[in-house]
Parts: sequence; C-alpha cells; structure tokens
Amino acid sequence: MAISIKSLSVSRGSIKLLQGVDIELKSGHAGILRGPNGVGKTTLLRALAGLQPVDSGKIEVSLADICYFGHTDGVKPTLTVRENLEFWANIFGSPSIEEVAKKFMIIDLLNIRAGTLSAGQKRRVGLARLRLTGCPVWLLDEPTVSLDETSVKIFGNIIKDHLSENGCALVATHIDLGLENNAQIIDLSQYRPNSGELSSSDEGFL
Amino acid sequence: MITLILRDLRIAVRAGGGFGLSLAFFFIIVIFFPFSIGPNLDLLSKVAPGTLWVGALLACLLSLERIFALDFEDGTLDLLATSPIPLEGVVIAKAFVHWLTTGLPLILLTPFLGVLLGLQTSGIIFLITSLIFGTPALSIIGTFGAALTVGIKRGGLLLSILVLPLYIPTLIFGAEAARRGSEGFEMQTSILLLLGVTLLSWAILPFAAASVLRINLR
Repeated sequence: MAISIKSLSVSRGSIKLLQGVDIELKSGHAGILRGPNGVGKTTLLRALAGLQPVDSGKIEVSLADICYFGHTDGVKPTLTVRENLEFWANIFGSPSIEEVAKKFMIIDLLNIRAGTLSAGQKRRVGLARLRLTGCPVWLLDEPTVSLDETSVKIFGNIIKDHLSENGCALVATHIDLGLENNAQIIDLSQYRPNSGELSSSDEGFL
Repeated sequence: MITLILRDLRIAVRAGGGFGLSLAFFFIIVIFFPFSIGPNLDLLSKVAPGTLWVGALLACLLSLERIFALDFEDGTLDLLATSPIPLEGVVIAKAFVHWLTTGLPLILLTPFLGVLLGLQTSGIIFLITSLIFGTPALSIIGTFGAALTVGIKRGGLLLSILVLPLYIPTLIFGAEAARRGSEGFEMQTSILLLLGVTLLSWAILPFAAASVLRINLR
C-alpha cells in the first residue's frame, strides 16, 4: 500500500497553507513530516484522512485504508480500557484485543476506567486502536505527546512492525522515532506558498 | 452500527452519562402543573395531554447537546468520521440511542403522570399512542440540531432556539391527537400526520445531519 500525493494545495480557514505538495511513499516506508508550528502538518494529515477538503491536487490512496490519529485520543473516560478497545475492534472487525494490549503495555489496565488513567496511559490506549483497525496506512499527528521515553521506543518498534507488514505511515512529529532506515523526512516549509499571507498564518487557528 | 448503539447505551447509563436526568426533569415539570393550576381535576385533565407533550419536548431538549458534544471533545467524532461506518449511520445510531434513553422512558413514565393529572384510562392510552409515534421525530430533529451546533462551545441555548421551532409540527399533531383521543373524537388524521412528520424526518435528516457534521469537522 502506497501513498501518492501530487501537487496538493490545502488551506486552513481562508489562508492557503501548503502549495504543490508532492509526496511519494512506498509501502514499508514512513514519511516524517517536519516543519515549524503552523506550517500545516495537521491540516495536511486531516486533508488526507478526508476530514477536510483540498483546494487542488491529487491524492492516490483509498480512504478505507486510512487510519487517522489526531491530537486527541478518542478514549471514552467512563468506559473501561477493555470496552474502549473492544468498541474499535468490533467496528473494524478485528479479532482479539489482548495481543495488542500486551504490545502497548496496557494489559494490566484493561479493567480500569479510562477516565482514571494518566495522560500517557490514555495515549497508549488511543494508539492501540491503530493496531486494531488493520488499516495499512497510518496518519499520525504528534503521536508521542505525553509518552515517556520507553513508550516512545516501544511505539517506534510498533511502527517498524507495521512497516515490515507492508504498511506505511505518515507521521507529524518533532522527535526521533528511530525509523531512520525506512523513513524519509519531508520538510513542509518548502511547500509554503510564496505570498504575503504568511505573516498571518496563525489566524486560521483562532 | 449496533456496536455504536451498545457503546452509547453503556456510556449513557454510567455515572455522568445523563440517563435519568431528562426523566427527572420531565417528572418535575409535569408535577408543577397541578401545583400552579390548583386541584381542579376537571381543568387538569383538560390540559393534561398538552402539558405532558410540552414536558416531553423540554425534557428531550435537555439531553440533546450531549449527543455529539462529548464525542467531539475527546476526538471520537473525528475517528468515527474516518471509520468504516458512514456518518449517516452514526447519526441514526445516535438518534436511536437518544430515543431509547429519553423518549422511551418518558413514554413509560406517562401513565403515572397521567393519573396525577386526572386523565382517564382511555385518555392515557391515546396519549401514549401519540407519544410513541411522535417522540422518535423529536430525537432525530434534535440530533440534526446537535450536529449543527457541534463545534460551538456552550451552544446549548443556540441549539434550543434552532430546534424548538422544528418541533412545532410534532407538537401540534401529537397534542392534537392526544386531546381528540381523550375527548372521544376520532384521532386518525392527527396520528397519520404525526407519523408522517416522524417518517419524513427519519428519512431526510440523517443525510442532512451527516453533511453538516462533515462541515463542522473541518
């Protein structure tokens, strides 16, 4: 499964953020999106996930293959961790959650209400959904926020496993996930439209 | 979709899920009427169908905001929108759960409140019939309103103002059917019109709600 993006333009609010984005990602490879705050990493990922319309350009990847992970975990505080995971497992028709829970080191938390988890634990529960979906394309927006060092390393390995199963991933992150071998770094600041609108690029977030 | 319905039901009955809130509200509102009008049973039984209908409508309104707001805040709505379930299906599931946790308990509570307001047994039966046909419309119209206001912080008041006018047809035909029934006239026309409103809104509004959700998620 591969991602192919050709001369894509996206805007946030009325401000054009990215222009002429070309990304080719083969299966088994990851793309690391870099760039300063407000450059359009989130906007690009949301556009790829179909949550936001694109101005122009072409995206060649089926929406059914995409699993999006945003800033929020999507974990229900009043349900237990097990109920949270089982919900997504049922939606995507994947089998057992135990194995995935083990991988993300949340097996001991399964019967605890998600509302009582720490931010890092909650994030791990949210990330565990990625494995449950069975989707080959992962779009990850700052997935390592509030994870500790060990968890980041484990998550890096989980991404590697996913890549070795012919999946691919597009990750917006500021830290090193240890994916050097099969990752390409994509600096989004090169796709900034060259007009005077840039100075007000924070406006769309207000 | 069944998974989503089961999950939402589970959340609704957990602590802080809001189940029972609108029921208690309905109960209190209806109890206030004998207090304010006085113990004139004749008068009470006359206003009872209308009172119970307005009470049901307001109680329904109370729980609308939660339909999408919670899922929007914790990001679940984004994930549902990118999941294999179509958004139209999500809307239908949400509206159905809203009816199960609001409309259905209200209908079950109605016989007791009907007695309190001095309604005859036949009157109660007609009232319940009209509620069964009418309350599903309240849920789906409310879900549409909730979809419209999903991104707005504290949009509850706006939601009420948007949704209440849309409830008017249901209220008119529902209360009319219950009133005619309890006074012994034929009520078929009103019931059929009420059913028409309900079916029409369930046919159209899931699509409308899904498309406004898509716009609000941008």
